[in-house]
Amino acid sequence: MSVLDSKIPDGPLKDKWTNHKNKINLVNPANKRNIDIIVVGTGLAGGSAAASLAEMGYNVKSFCYQDSPRRAHSIAAQGGINAAKNYQNDGDSVYRLFYDTVKGGDYRSREANVYRLAEVSGNIIDQCVAQGVPFGRDYGGLLDNRSFGGVLVSRTFYAKGQTGQQLLLGAYSALNRQIAKGKVTMYNRHEMVELVKVNGKARGIIARNLETGELERHSAHAVVIASGGYGNVFFLSTNAMGSNATAAWKIHKKGAYFANPCYTQIHPTCIPRSGEHQSKLTLMSESLRNDGRIWVPKNMEDVLAIREGKLSPTDLSEDKRDYYLERKYPAFGNLVPRDIASRAAKEICDAGYGVNSTGEAVYLDFASAIQRYGKQEAAIARIQNPSEADILKLGEEVIESKYGNLFQMYEKIVAEDPYKKPMMIYPAVHYTMGGVWVDYNLMTSVEGCYCIGEANFSDHGANRLGASALMQGLADGYFVLPYTIGNYLSNEIRTGKISTEAAEFVAAEKEVSDRIEKLMNIKGTKSVDHFHKLLGKAMWEYVGMTRNEEGLKKAMTEIKKIRDDFWKDVKIPGDRNSLNRELEKAGRVADFLELGELFAKDALHRNESCGGHFRKESVELDGLQKGEAKRNDTDYAYVAAWEYKGEPADAVMHKEELEFKDIELKQRSYK
Amino acid sequence: MDLTLKVWRQKNREEKGRLETYKVTGISEHASFLEMLDIMNEQLIKEGTEPVAFDHDCREGICGTCSLYINGEAHGPDRKVTTCQLHMRMFKDGETIYIEPWRSAAMPVIKDLIVDRSSFDRIQQSGGFVSVNTSGNTQDANALPIPKMNADKAFDAAACIGCGACVATCKNSSAMLFVAAKVSQFAYLPQGKVEAKQRVLNMVEQMDIEGFGNCTNTGACEVECPKSISIEYIAKMNREFLSASCSSES
Repeated sequence: MSVLDSKIPDGPLKDKWTNHKNKINLVNPANKRNIDIIVVGTGLAGGSAAASLAEMGYNVKSFCYQDSPRRAHSIAAQGGINAAKNYQNDGDSVYRLFYDTVKGGDYRSREANVYRLAEVSGNIIDQCVAQGVPFGRDYGGLLDNRSFGGVLVSRTFYAKGQTGQQLLLGAYSALNRQIAKGKVTMYNRHEMVELVKVNGKARGIIARNLETGELERHSAHAVVIASGGYGNVFFLSTNAMGSNATAAWKIHKKGAYFANPCYTQIHPTCIPRSGEHQSKLTLMSESLRNDGRIWVPKNMEDVLAIREGKLSPTDLSEDKRDYYLERKYPAFGNLVPRDIASRAAKEICDAGYGVNSTGEAVYLDFASAIQRYGKQEAAIARIQNPSEADILKLGEEVIESKYGNLFQMYEKIVAEDPYKKPMMIYPAVHYTMGGVWVDYNLMTSVEGCYCIGEANFSDHGANRLGASALMQGLADGYFVLPYTIGNYLSNEIRTGKISTEAAEFVAAEKEVSDRIEKLMNIKGTKSVDHFHKLLGKAMWEYVGMTRNEEGLKKAMTEIKKIRDDFWKDVKIPGDRNSLNRELEKAGRVADFLELGELFAKDALHRNESCGGHFRKESVELDGLQKGEAKRNDTDYAYVAAWEYKGEPADAVMHKEELEFKDIELKQRSYK
Repeated sequence: MDLTLKVWRQKNREEKGRLETYKVTGISEHASFLEMLDIMNEQLIKEGTEPVAFDHDCREGICGTCSLYINGEAHGPDRKVTTCQLHMRMFKDGETIYIEPWRSAAMPVIKDLIVDRSSFDRIQQSGGFVSVNTSGNTQDANALPIPKMNADKAFDAAACIGCGACVATCKNSSAMLFVAAKVSQFAYLPQGKVEAKQRVLNMVEQMDIEGFGNCTNTGACEVECPKSISIEYIAKMNREFLSASCSSES
């Protein structure tokens, strides 16, 4: 019997959430006023949770490392948010959204969680519209939808290419309303650096005031971690520079199991790197694949001519182009899920067909969409025999209205006009499906400590479909956690105020203080970034899209070595009692250096090709799927939740077997 | 590219700041401005000098964290970009570049190039929301059609990233463009109408309390705004403010 109890309610799938909600213990309004909750992170999950909990009457303390809660990295999500509204009348339903999400996740997520997510998806849209989130609309004034990878319906709501921004500002406004009422106390430029447990229960945190360097003790009856994903373990990713795993890793070290760390999403459409100075990668929304066609030249001489600048891609005739996704996956074409699109791009570049100087880029071409829209608009405008220039102009206007900000972003970075010349794109680390293990109530294996949004592992299995991260963040924060946390807090009404003078708080603060002192005293020779880049290289090389046993073992040894060197030779200028960016980074990289090793360990044990990760030892040998990734449901249809035991290499795995009662496990075919 | 950098250094809120000179060499024109600063900092760390602190996060022009005043312009010489989207190809080899923080009494310097923009948060807290609970029991999202033109105008206003370039650029340190963007977003949407009067009155009042200056219609904010928020929204806010001030109810 596993130590993991997922607490999935009994009964038919479609009734689980409703029945569960009806049975959850409630806390009466007068008692809520005496209960404190700490929420770490102010992205879609954390911001919406803090606002909702405060609205319900709890006292909330909210923390973010940024200078304002509005800057959390959810803001950078571009494409959209899924919801089973079926406004387009294309046969969508809660069940279909659930089905697509489980299938898209390569059957490695929890059925009950995903079904609940699909169920509340519609409420999210209603809620956001009521808050004044300006979603894209059609001329009739109704909400518009677009299509995303891995599905055959249009269920994605959007606000141009800035959906994350608009949703986050919605949550931020709800949060502001509560801050103004005094129900939320906001701590900007504060970083959680330790979890405090009293008698086995999460009772508070130690936070560092990033401006003054001061360590602060904060107590609460429950602690909610909403600190996002750990993609920056790769150094280069689409995450913000400050995005980090510290809060999640600290609770892991205090007893929260860390699940499926090896499930990372490599996003297919990012702007390729330009050189060694590169500090991060920029995403181009997956929604572009609605209208963009992905290709590389068919002939190697054309590839070389393009790289040398002797040939422009626009000069290449149709028959000399290889639209490889359309060729390999005729049913889904350019809209295959992210994992498949990424792997295909890497394969074709590894085969030597990459179109930029580094050989790591493929084209995303809008020429045919511009033609198509141009002709359509000309017909609407009743222009007889439109000229080629008219068509281009009208077509480009349509593309501009849909993706204007993305095209501008691309042009500023690459200095090429994507309306005239196809975009160059390449896969990059984007999202981490793995994270802190939680039960159905979103509680971690530490009592009273919850984890929501990207920071937990629960809903996306081994691969996340486009536009479902925003859905999960807001579902957790607005509609799931505020209910489920009541069950725990109903037992806390007699606890009373928790003193920060307790021995546990004093000890935790000392632990943090000693750790900082140790870092400052290394006085080595290399910068924090130096070690972070080494870690990133090892991760990308051995633990990226393609993995094998030998490489993974090597990664574990190498990462441990980088970690040891870091603790001997890192150089942190400045002092601990003021704003010190290098010290902040050092703390985060120290955690990444541990997480990276566990990540590789998890990848090593999972000897199957699953989600975005191609395990060389696990490949289909014959049939239509020959050469494609081979998943192994017999041996690996479980969640691997790791318990901290000192060194990452010593972590102990606990299995949560995944049961699929409502979905038949199938080979994913997008052909 | 080889460059001479004149960078504002200031230890903390209290101490006086000054410009320091640093040199960087061999910078690629494809590097972003902040990547150039990363290289400079790496160099400073090697030399044992404390690196220059500057605010930045997403590095893709959407979080609004980065905030540098470069050669006398908010977010530098390029248009419609934030500092993080600025690339070195906008500069010439051998150039001297002045890098300063935002300057406004309502946004004091915390350290080096980092300023305190919490005044913006307090303005939002004073009314930048629709008072609706997050129960999920609101009416269906499509129950209320919104004319596309209004929805688009609301969106364009909502695109504000709250970076503060408008304030840094304005000779009066006015936050009118920032406040107008939020007021207008809600003013164009039926959901925002209910509280429209109180909202504009509260937000303008908070703006004044924070010590931001008044608008004298110079229009510089619109030019420097990385998201091209139009000063038409300031006109819209003025209309909203006037009608709210003149009417007796609420």
